Amino acid sequence: MKVLVAVKRVIDYNVKPRVKMDGSGVDLTNVKMSMNPFDEIAVEEAIRLKEKGVATEIVVVSIGPAKAQETLRTALAMGADRAILVSTDEEVEPLGVAKILAKIAGEESPELIILGKQAIDDDNNATGQMLAALLGWPQGTFASKVEPSSGEVSVTREVDGGLETDKLKLPAVITTDLRLNEPRYASLPNIMKAKSKPLATKTPDEIGVDIGRRLEVLKVTEPAKRQAGDKVGSVDDLIGKLKTLGVVA
Amino acid sequence: MKTLVYVEHEGGQIKDATLAAVTAASKLGEVHALVAGSNVGAVAEAATKIAGIGKVHVADGAHLDHGLAENVAPVAAKLMEGHDAFVAPATTTGKNIAPRVAALLDVMQISEILSVEDENTFTRPIYAGNAIATVRSNDAKKVLTVRGTAFEKAAREGGSGSVEQVDAGSDAGNSSFVGIDASESERPELTSAKIIVSGGRAFGSSEQFHALLDPLADKLGAGVGASRAAVDAGYAPNDYQVGQTGKIVAPEVYIAIGISGAIQHLAGMKDSKVIVAINKDEEAPIFQVADIGLVGDLFKIVPELTEKL
Repeated sequence: MKVLVAVKRVIDYNVKPRVKMDGSGVDLTNVKMSMNPFDEIAVEEAIRLKEKGVATEIVVVSIGPAKAQETLRTALAMGADRAILVSTDEEVEPLGVAKILAKIAGEESPELIILGKQAIDDDNNATGQMLAALLGWPQGTFASKVEPSSGEVSVTREVDGGLETDKLKLPAVITTDLRLNEPRYASLPNIMKAKSKPLATKTPDEIGVDIGRRLEVLKVTEPAKRQAGDKVGSVDDLIGKLKTLGVVA
Repeated sequence: MKTLVYVEHEGGQIKDATLAAVTAASKLGEVHALVAGSNVGAVAEAATKIAGIGKVHVADGAHLDHGLAENVAPVAAKLMEGHDAFVAPATTTGKNIAPRVAALLDVMQISEILSVEDENTFTRPIYAGNAIATVRSNDAKKVLTVRGTAFEKAAREGGSGSVEQVDAGSDAGNSSFVGIDASESERPELTSAKIIVSGGRAFGSSEQFHALLDPLADKLGAGVGASRAAVDAGYAPNDYQVGQTGKIVAPEVYIAIGISGAIQHLAGMKDSKVIVAINKDEEAPIFQVADIGLVGDLFKIVPELTEKL
């Protein structure tokens, strides 16, 4: 089966985001950018399906600036077969991303689309579900285990009460959670090889999707800061403090 | 404005997170509710009593059990013809369903709202809560998920809503619920616990995690949480994870033990009223947000604390 994977270029997981002084957003100048960690898990899962002989081809898609090519090359170096960049300097909302991916799914006819459950920049947790709705496909969100068999896929999902298992008919959309797998690092030879893998570039216009924003960001501010309190020297002092605060009797 | 709150329920009980969603919805206007599932008469009845709810729409059908998004979302989208905002708790159930409803309505969801500024304007956390965005929606209809810690819970008693049966739609036939491996616990649920004791990788093993934390939690009547590292290492199940992409909690007291305090973890607990940190590394970032810190060996401190409390 063909697998489509969507990846997003975001602020690196280890960078502490700083809000711009003018309140217009988070400062991303000279900040390390990487593949969204949940999307890395999505790429890894697709590769494992290919290694098991389940997936035949992995197409990786990113919607973003020209630099998102680097993110796609990373996915190709990990083991994806070819890439599509939908190039735009606009910040595309999950609804717009889902519409673009739905169009690409129409052209590519994958049986499985795997995405990260959320991007660590806008924290929306919406694209996969929206894509599934637009395609009329079932969705396996927050997946920690994905087991395809003939015509269907069993998905174990990390839910508030534990682990839920659903069965979905293919084609289906999966969004990844942290415990699905541990993504591999691309080896140097594979990074070199990835440079010659096909990468097509399109624009949202060419695809025929209006990416106009529905949400206007009026301002971005820093949250109220917590002040560090006191350190105590012993368990007795700790209990004393808790008593003063009325936490324990 | 007429709102439609998705009522999350399990075993005939309405989940607390729904009550926070009702409060958020009431800031927008009239509050209606959607109860979906089979044999949900008692749940609908309970929903009519929640303060602020005017009407409860009941969609009854076995295909709506377990909150299967493929079947619930079309029912909600249909009901939205007569409502202006769909409001769901930002739980795994709400997060699964709401974006699907939004796409069916062709609107952009506003995720995990922290406040309602006016009927078009909301605040929400981005970048793991390191920034708060104020956003204005230009969509005619709104789809919102509500962060449970940001709104008071509506009272379960005092309302006098009416019940209306609605079209339950049909089974999309492309998904089915197989089962749930529920983590059994007598302890309070993390998102509603007054006290949480939370452990990190420093515990070293699942055995030590439980041998040390469980008695402390029992003594305090606390819920037990964990850092991502502890869950990844298999010390605790996934639903213990507190953080940006796990559970967002704001208890009266959060006791972080052997947790260094990565920004992703802080994102899930920094709105707790009192934060206590126990860590052997005095430079650990967790101390920067802790009200009370104790530097030392958790293997000595935790048993002593449990004994002396």
